[in-house]
Amino acid sequence: MSSVGMSVEAKRVEAPTDPVRPRTTDASAGLRRFVIGLAIPVGLALAWEIAVRAGLSDGRLVPPPSRIWQQYEELWRTGELIRHVLATLARVAVGFVLGTAAGTLLGALAGYSSMTRRLIDPSLQGLRAVPSIAWIPLFILWLGIFETSKVALIAVGVFFPVYLGVMGAILSVDRKIVEVGRVFRLSGFAMVRRILLPAVLPTYVLSLRAGLGLGWMFVIAAEFMGASEGLGYLLIDGQQLGKPAEIVAAILAFAVLGKLTDALIAVVAAPFLRWEDAYGAREGES
Amino acid sequence: MLALQNIGKTYPNGVRALDGVTLTVAPGEIVAIVGGSGCGKSTLLRAVSGLDRPTTGSVMLDGEPITAPHEKIGIVFQEPRLLPWLSVARNVGFGLEDRPKPERNTRVKAQLDRVGLTDKAGVWPRELSGGQAQRVAIARAFVVRPEVLLLDEPFSALDAFTRADLQDHLLDVWADQKPTLVIVTHDVDEALALADRVIVMRSRPGRLYEEIAIDLARPRDRQSAAFDFAKRRVLAALDRSLDRKVTGEVGETKTSAGAALWW
Repeated sequence: MSSVGMSVEAKRVEAPTDPVRPRTTDASAGLRRFVIGLAIPVGLALAWEIAVRAGLSDGRLVPPPSRIWQQYEELWRTGELIRHVLATLARVAVGFVLGTAAGTLLGALAGYSSMTRRLIDPSLQGLRAVPSIAWIPLFILWLGIFETSKVALIAVGVFFPVYLGVMGAILSVDRKIVEVGRVFRLSGFAMVRRILLPAVLPTYVLSLRAGLGLGWMFVIAAEFMGASEGLGYLLIDGQQLGKPAEIVAAILAFAVLGKLTDALIAVVAAPFLRWEDAYGAREGES
Repeated sequence: MLALQNIGKTYPNGVRALDGVTLTVAPGEIVAIVGGSGCGKSTLLRAVSGLDRPTTGSVMLDGEPITAPHEKIGIVFQEPRLLPWLSVARNVGFGLEDRPKPERNTRVKAQLDRVGLTDKAGVWPRELSGGQAQRVAIARAFVVRPEVLLLDEPFSALDAFTRADLQDHLLDVWADQKPTLVIVTHDVDEALALADRVIVMRSRPGRLYEEIAIDLARPRDRQSAAFDFAKRRVLAALDRSLDRKVTGEVGETKTSAGAALWW
């Protein structure tokens, strides 16, 4: 009886269940997706460039791509571009690190202990209801007009998605998986390291990306409230001096930086999330 | 020796799930616990595993009281409960983390061989079929060499063919180390295919109702008359445990119960 069962099973194992995906098809599909995604922005840019060249518009308020490119060249030559980008990046980085640290810590505490959750969650949810921009005047009074208040605002923006993500992820860890840890007598720390941490990682990465997105949003608000450098300053400067090309250049720089930093998180996290079996998990990040 | 003494469990909402369950299981014995749904058989198993504490009574293993999960007691759940972020091999080796790596690797490999999944060592759990995943769960439980292995309806989510196959796998692996097995099931065929003793439970509150020794040599032929006869005895006991009206067929079995001794 046993040997019959084994041989049948062996046959089944040999069946090609291994998903060996042909890489070339994958790459060309990715390329096609990329090209399709570019069609609208590139098409619009080209059309506008042609329209301006043909004299249909003077392109003064809506600068054509060539003029934006000139703007970039000028900002690059004077070293302004690097200076503003670095200033903004530094603010986002510090604010992101602080907000993430606080959000992770409090989110983990609130998720792990129901007592802590009952204690801090209502207050934090209340604070979350405040539009974060509303903090600006207070932060300026408390922390001054310089870097501290800006970083604090960004940190507040990053904090909430991270806090909510971590708490929710811990609360939704499958009790059955935790029980496996108990059967193998994992101590509190080992339980966190071997069960809880890997289980919350996918949600955590998502909440980091959401937090980073808000960080980029808030850096602009922060730089609007009086900065002498940074991409937000460039926006205001372009507005006051009537240089739309400078504004568009700064906006595009924001888009590129936001996308790059977001992709950075996704790329760094990807090796740890290869096990995920979720809808869309196999579709490459792009 | 696994000894349950007067186990009772009352849930906070007042439901008495178990009452006065006393049972001893000899080392290497395979005991199957069957009963209608809600008869407290899973509750009993969880109390033995140390995952839940009984309200009254005690569980002793070799004279040592069990109040929390114990290294000598393993459990296989109804679902495989593999950790999706670990490869199959690392899932199997989950309970061997404290051992040196070479020993861990050899033991994991040997156990995977034993359940016929050597070629799946490196894949993610999501790539396994239900039967394969449950075999990995069995390997994970056996690899730490428990003295007692508890199985909570381990094959109930599988199709009949895979189920019979896994029962054979289980007996194969059991033969290596001869741990005590306590298997909870609602499948009478499964109980008879595996167990030395079948214990029928009745519900509200859960109690041990009747015990039927199965003196059939292994491997067991599920088509044999003796198997069929034992099955009728268990089914009759189940019927009685549910206070069903005794049917003619069961009555017939009952009258011939004394003849059970001839095989």
